Amino acid sequence: MSATQAPGTVVSRTPVGDYHHLVIAAEGIATHTRPGHFVALAIGGVDSGMLLRRAFSIYRTSTTGRHGETVEIVFAAHGKGTRWMADLAPGDPIDVVGPVGRPFALPKEPVSCVLVGGGYGSAPMFSLATALRDRGCAAHLVLGAATTPRLFGLLDANKVGSSVHVTTEDGSTGTRGRVTDVLGDLVDTTDAAVVYACGPMGMLRAVADVAEDNGAWSQCAVEESMACGIGVCMTCVLPVEGEDGIVRMVRSCVDGPVFRGDRVRWDAVGTIPPGTLGGPR
Amino acid sequence: MSTAAADFGGPISPAEVDLSVDLCGVTLPNPVMTASGCAAAGRELDQFFDVAELGAIVTKSIMLNPRSGRPTPRMAETPSGMLNSIGLQGPGIDAFLARDLPWLVQRGARAVVSIAGDKPADYVELARRVGQAPGVAAIEVNISCPNVENRGLVFACDPESSYRVIEECRPHIPDGIPVFAKLTPDVTDIAAIAGAVSDAGADGVTVINTLLGLAMDPDTLRPRLGGVTGGLSGPAVRPVAVRAVWQIRKAMPDLPILGVGGIRTGFDALEFILAGADAVQVGTVIFNDPGAPMRVVRELCDELAVRGIRSLDAVRNAAHG
Ligand SMILES: Cc1cc2nc3c(=O)[nH]c(=O)nc-3n(C[C@H](O)[C@H](O)[C@H](O)COP(=O)(O)OP(=O)(O)OC[C@H]3O[C@@H](n4cnc5c(N)ncnc54)[C@H](O)[C@@H]3O)c2cc1C
Ligand SMILES: Cc1cc2nc3c(=O)[nH]c(=O)nc-3n(C[C@H](O)[C@H](O)[C@H](O)COP(=O)(O)O)c2cc1C
Ligand code: FES
Repeated sequence: MSATQAPGTVVSRTPVGDYHHLVIAAEGIATHTRPGHFVALAIGGVDSGMLLRRAFSIYRTSTTGRHGETVEIVFAAHGKGTRWMADLAPGDPIDVVGPVGRPFALPKEPVSCVLVGGGYGSAPMFSLATALRDRGCAAHLVLGAATTPRLFGLLDANKVGSSVHVTTEDGSTGTRGRVTDVLGDLVDTTDAAVVYACGPMGMLRAVADVAEDNGAWSQCAVEESMACGIGVCMTCVLPVEGEDGIVRMVRSCVDGPVFRGDRVRWDAVGTIPPGTLGGPR
Repeated sequence: MSTAAADFGGPISPAEVDLSVDLCGVTLPNPVMTASGCAAAGRELDQFFDVAELGAIVTKSIMLNPRSGRPTPRMAETPSGMLNSIGLQGPGIDAFLARDLPWLVQRGARAVVSIAGDKPADYVELARRVGQAPGVAAIEVNISCPNVENRGLVFACDPESSYRVIEECRPHIPDGIPVFAKLTPDVTDIAAIAGAVSDAGADGVTVINTLLGLAMDPDTLRPRLGGVTGGLSGPAVRPVAVRAVWQIRKAMPDLPILGVGGIRTGFDALEFILAGADAVQVGTVIFNDPGAPMRVVRELCDELAVRGIRSLDAVRNAAHG
């Protein structure tokens, strides 16, 4: 893996439902991006008092447009930094580090897969679906959100998904309820070998459980608080069990953000579970 | 009053500026290092610049055994800074010597190894093992952690325990390897602590480590960090750090000082050198700009060039004139 730091320029920012779709022209990132990678953006300009980078899943990239190489993300404005980003306009500079992290692992055989996106967490699922179908896999999409404006990418989903299933908690679109309410049956009927997921931590935990109960592997892209996004600060750790059965506090920025769902100790996120390597005795 | 620019003549080309420094016999191509804990062991930053071009890479403080650190959340962004409560997560000295240090040495970087312990005996063992390892340019003894044998009091908050750690580990480190004691600013008189470690055999001091801070979460109305309190760093602490360097330089005209705390630009680095620092370290700002250490080198060079200053020796301590 090698990340690039590039002085990017905003090409466009478009509101989509409750989110913003941001296109950034930046050299050296798109070519190396795989589904599941993220970018870490510097916020507020060179003198900004907001020092920490913000991480965003890469929605898609292009190397052939008239703006050269571009990287696209989808974000929700909720804190100080993302509110600043919600005012970005074409031509504004924004420093980009990427692609960062370990992407989703793709199956070697042409198996059936289910892809679950919660809210803006569906952003990386479309390039993933395309990559899976390119290698002969079926890619069944499940998009879920609390309300319809928080669903992202329904049109894309219909283009790239082998089938598309939608849930909203308020029932305004698709099935009323959560992604996990439809997931078990879907894994069953499609005989899925792998479930891919990106979204809030609570959703990932539930998805990993459903996958395991139905005999599928899961690949979850986690969202932990990050300060650097490049592996040097150790703020973004979570407990992950290794092949040797030992739990380690692992950096989610460079050792993730994608982990095997059965390896993450979801119950212990936010703690140092007993028996962790180097844990308090 | 004359300006510095007038004193040093007109602008010169950056190529005419000599940034090299001699730190207790170790020659550095420039005075900029990474700060401990903000560059891991250098490998990740090598994607963004050639780590061998930097003055030195200071590694994250290494302890005897693997350590998981504290629960998350481990950081909170604050105005021009951050709080962290990592809790010295690391792989332990065996893994460090087997994997991380050899990489830095093979890459041609000058490796400054930071060591940290829970009790003086830990430091002695670490000093012995790091002192014997090939390729170590200097050792930074992070005494800014709590001494478990002494009611958890931070070593560097107390002149006696500071003295004791350095006195016990200095004999285990070869003479050619300079030893720097890293001090906390959370004391009444930092120059007194610097005096104590110097008497104990430290070749120099690194100032400052983070300041103890606390921030509350507006949603939970509880502390934002899992570890409750955390270390404050970033540009917000820079004036405190420059003051600490200035005070120590005033008290000890000859003690080598590594200045650290909130450096973001070349002029920030120059501030420390004017206050008396021999070299500087860039920390938290790396999280904002991974290329910052080499950018600071270039900007420092430009700051000197526009003022017609040919070497760091010409401006070091200028604030004490
Ligand atoms: C790998 C990864 C991918 C992500 N992808 C997306 C995405 O595609 N779209 C999107 O809208 N958001 C995404 N996020 C979350 C996004 O990074 C946070 O929403 C954002 O950092 C919050 O910044 P803020 O300035 O609004 O909040 P502030 O509260 O001002 O942030 C302060 C600090 O806390 C961190 N932080 C706060 N909330 C979160 C969070 N939920 N997750 C991680 N760090 C947080 C920030 O990075 C920053 O360092 C992703 C996070 C990670 C780790
Ligand atoms: C995330 C983080 C981890 C740190 N870890 C260490 C450490 O292991 N050892 C140490 O001596 N200092 C550590 N520090 C302190 C820095 O080396 C530095 O002294 C301090 O952050 C002030 O400099 P800055 O403002 O440039 O970051 C750490 C700082 C941060 C932000
Ligand atoms: S965010 Fe710094 S190590 Fe992961």
